[in-house]
Formats: sequence, structure tokens, C-alpha cells
Amino acid sequence: MTAEKRPRSFYVLAAIFTLFVLFLYGPVITILILSFQGPQGGLTFPMNGFSFHWFAQLFQGAGLVDISIGLWNSLKLGLIVMVLTVVFSVMAGLAFRRRFTGSSLLFYTAIASLIMPSIIVSLGIALEFHIVDDTVMGIADAYEVDWLYDNYQTATGLFTSGLGAHLSWTLPFGLLIMFAVFNRFDKSYEEAARDLGATSWQTIRHVVLPIIAPSVAGVALFGFTLSWDELARSSQAMGAANTLPIQLQALTTTVTTPMIYALGTVTTAISLVVIAVSLTTFFVLQKRRQRRALKG
Amino acid sequence: MTTTPTSGAASPPRIADAAMLPSGAETAATSRRRRTRGGAYWQAAPMALVFLLFFVLPLVVVLVVSFWQYNSYSITPAFVFDNYAGVFDGCLASLPSLCTTFATYLSTIKFCLLVWATTLVLGFTIAYFLAFHIRTTTMQIVLALVCIIPFWTSNVIRMISWIPLLGRNGLINQILVGSGLVDHPVEWLLYSDFAVTLAFVHLLTAFMLVPILNSMMRIDRSLIEAARDAGASGAQVLWNVVIPLSKTGITIGSIFVVTLVMGDFITIGVMGGQQIASVGKVINVQTSYLQFPLAAANAVVLLIATLGIIFTLTRFIDIRKEL
Repeated sequence: MTAEKRPRSFYVLAAIFTLFVLFLYGPVITILILSFQGPQGGLTFPMNGFSFHWFAQLFQGAGLVDISIGLWNSLKLGLIVMVLTVVFSVMAGLAFRRRFTGSSLLFYTAIASLIMPSIIVSLGIALEFHIVDDTVMGIADAYEVDWLYDNYQTATGLFTSGLGAHLSWTLPFGLLIMFAVFNRFDKSYEEAARDLGATSWQTIRHVVLPIIAPSVAGVALFGFTLSWDELARSSQAMGAANTLPIQLQALTTTVTTPMIYALGTVTTAISLVVIAVSLTTFFVLQKRRQRRALKG
Repeated sequence: MTTTPTSGAASPPRIADAAMLPSGAETAATSRRRRTRGGAYWQAAPMALVFLLFFVLPLVVVLVVSFWQYNSYSITPAFVFDNYAGVFDGCLASLPSLCTTFATYLSTIKFCLLVWATTLVLGFTIAYFLAFHIRTTTMQIVLALVCIIPFWTSNVIRMISWIPLLGRNGLINQILVGSGLVDHPVEWLLYSDFAVTLAFVHLLTAFMLVPILNSMMRIDRSLIEAARDAGASGAQVLWNVVIPLSKTGITIGSIFVVTLVMGDFITIGVMGGQQIASVGKVINVQTSYLQFPLAAANAVVLLIATLGIIFTLTRFIDIRKEL
């Protein structure tokens, strides 16, 4: 690097940037520290000893809502949303490289889904399933399908309406990432593969997928973390099921002990593990690709 | 890129990276093209189906149900304007004083403008620093990630994490009282308009920062040098070169922030101590009482209001170009 002197504006902006980072991370670090409060400690400083008391309380349930249900639901849902977001986004990304009727419509629908206030989408999905339920019951009643009438409760659920609500939020991000990837994609690799006699599946499997692999890790990251933290679209669409953010929001009004900080620390830790794994995968794959490209 | 005369649809999307929709293999034989085009439909189908079932249909349902009738047990198909009348009940009669609905919208719009202005200035400044003052790409990526990582963690946790700082016995009050600046703890730090605004800025600056950074990274550096060589001051370069060329990012970021604030009921709920009204919360409460048609009518009004603000904002940004 050249030893060109930094202008004064650099130092002013660097100071603003540092303050911003402090603003971003400061509060979270505070609750991370406070989650190790001693058993007598409260919601604020000072620290009253150091203990794992509140984590123990958390996993014993401590007479409150059972956190493990939400934790487990969110984990399952997050993983499924992640897989579906990756598969659907990559497929759609491949499709968008060619012009097809309705491609603009699909693109704008994705953008609209991204910026639509979540409460409206959530309400819509809840209503949609409400109507499905009414219709099923109406049919069961009209045609006297007893087993259906007696056993059917609702189509709403974690893996029906809930899954759909989450996908309506994660897929636009996945699609935008795939757009960014394929706009920088050198098509001559594919043409070379085709000239060498590869079928279209072989071209995708051995040429396209390895090249876009790092970005797929990025899509996976968005898929899981956005689902794991999702609350606004889940609010009406989960039915009787609870996810971790829903339970957390309920706890904000009822819990007055550092247990909620312990839960915050656990949730954030899981997010950070996923972020670390995804980013590492991204950079390792990227590096390997560059190394191979140089060799070739 | 050749423009193929497909359908009567709009011009190719111009948002962010989608500026160019890669067009098909023009050189391939017609039969092959037809086959690959069939492949494109097949590949796009799962995503299209998800959006149809969980986005388009729900919106249609909201619109339709907003004209239905309801009682405490059920909702029945109808075509009545009762729900819209319910939303604006007494609004005209009580003027000039504001009815509940108008007051709620006014409060939400106030947050919207406050948060929009703050995140815009903050996001723009940080993006400018990253794009024009950081010299290596690696460092740019690392610092951008530092700003983005919190976006991937839980919003509710990030809200809760202000409690030990802003609470009555929180760190800031301890410092204020301890240093003798105030006699009694400041009450308006938490569960107040201030707390809501602060939390919004905390949560949403990333949505402004990333699109603006994306725009700035695409600015051809030689344009800035040319401006400098032609004698432009730093401020002139910023105002006449950088800001106009960051317009796309600013618009996208603004749309994100506005829609997220307009539809919010969680941040306003948690940070406002469940005391501050918001349109999203009204819908949430009505849904929990199974007043679906009323909630749907509110959702339609909210959607129209949000689109109106976005439209105004984009006009406002466009005007710069005309001046």
C-alpha cells in the first residue's frame, strides 16, 4: 500500500464508524455479560456474582413456558426453510438466465413479497387457511363424510402455513443473491462443457454448481437465520404452534429475571454458530475455486 | 443484450443486480431452445408456486375478506363496506380533532419519517466510509460483514438488550445520577417514543446501508477523479457525483425502512412497553379477537398508505435529477 496521507475526513468517518459498531454490538454484549448474573442478581448492573444459574433455570423450564418446544420447532423449521430456500432459489436462478414468459412477473412478485408489510402477509395466510378449514368442514358436513368431520381440525400448522410464511420472506433474498451470482457468471465455461458433449444436467452438476457453490452457502445462511429469527410473518400464521421468537416475545412482558438474557445468549450463540459455519464455507469454497482457476 | 419480443410485459427489471436478465441462447437450434425454455418453466415453478400460495393468494384473500361480514363466531361472504366504515368510524365527524385511526397513522408516520431520516444519514455515512475510505477489498468485506452480522441475529433479543442500558436502573441512568447530572433517573429512556426510534435505527440501518454500499461500489472511480481535476470541492463531489449515483441504493433502502416501520407492531410493542399504538398492532389485536374482516380492511388501508409513502419518496428522490 502506498503511504499516501489520509485526509482528515477519514478520521472523522472512522470515528463515526467505530461508534456505530459500538452501537450495534454494545447492547448485545451487555446482555451476554448479564446472563451470567449470580442467583441474586437483577436485570441491570451491577453484577451480583458470576454463575450459570439462569442457564440452569432456563433448561429446567423454571415453571414458565417450555422453551425447548419453541427451540426445537424453530430448529426444525429453520433447517427445512434453509434447504427449500437453497433448492428453489438455485433452480429459479438457473431459470432466470433464459428469458421466459412471466419472468418479469415472477421477479416483481418476489420483490413485492420482500417489501410487503409482514403483518399483511401473515394475516392473509391465516385467512387463507381459515377459509380452507371452513371449506373442508363444509364439504364434510354436506356430503356427510363422518371420519373427516370428526377428525379434521385445521390445515394451519408449523409445516404448512408457517413454512409458507417463512418461504415468502426468505425466497426473495435467495433469488436476489442468485441474480447477483449469475450476472457475474462467465457463460463460456458452460459453452465449453456443452461443446465437449456434456448433457445439460452434466453441465449444471459439474460446471455450474461448483462455480456457484460459495454463494449457495450464502443463500443457506439467509435461509436459516431469517427463519430462525422470524416473528412478524409468523405472528398469525403458525396456528397453535410456537416458535422460539414467538415465545421470546411473550416472555418480554412476563419475565423479570436474567433468565431472558440467558435465553438471548443461547439464541444468539446458535445464530453466530450458523453465521460462522456459513461464512467459513463461503470463503473456503471461494479460495479453493480461485486456486483451481489459477492452476487451470 | 438483445430484447426479445416476449409478451406485453414491462421492461426488464431495473432493481439492484437484476438490471440485466440474461437472455437465452440465441445461437441454439429452435428445437433446443424450446426444450430449454420448457426447462426454465420447470425450474422456476417451485418458487412461483410458493409465491402464488403464500403471497399472491393471501393478498387476494385479504382484499376479498375486507368486504365480508362477521360476528363473534364466524365470517360470512358478502360485499359490504361496513369494515371500512368501522376503520374510519367517527373520523370525519370528530375533525379537527383526530379519531383513533388518524392518530394511529399519524404516530406511525412520525416514526417512519424519523427512522427514515436517521437511517438514511447513518447508512449513507457508513457506506461512504466503506466504499471510498477503505482501500483494500478484504478490509471492505470484513467491515461490511461487521455491520451485517447483527442482521442475522434475533430482532427481539436485540430489542431486549436495550433494557439493561436504558431502564430506570440501567447503566445510562446509573451514570447520569452517579455523575450528578440529574437528581432522579430519567424515565423517558425506555418504553417511550425515544426507545422505539432508537431500536428501529438499531435494527434497520443495515437495510439502508447494504443497498447504498452496493450502489457506491459500482461508481466508476475515474468519475470522482475527473470531478476533482475539474476543480470540484469534496462537498461538490459528494453532492453532484456520489449522491446522484447512489440514488438506486437510497431508493431501495428507503423502501425497505418505510415498509418495515409502517407494518411494525413488534418493535413498537416491546420498546413502547405495549403503550404506543401502531397500525400493525391494531391488525394484530383484531385478528386475535377473530375480527378478520375488520383486520383485513385495516390491512388494505395500511397497504394503500404504505404504497402512497413509497410513491412520494421515490418522486421526491427523482426530483433531484430534474433540478
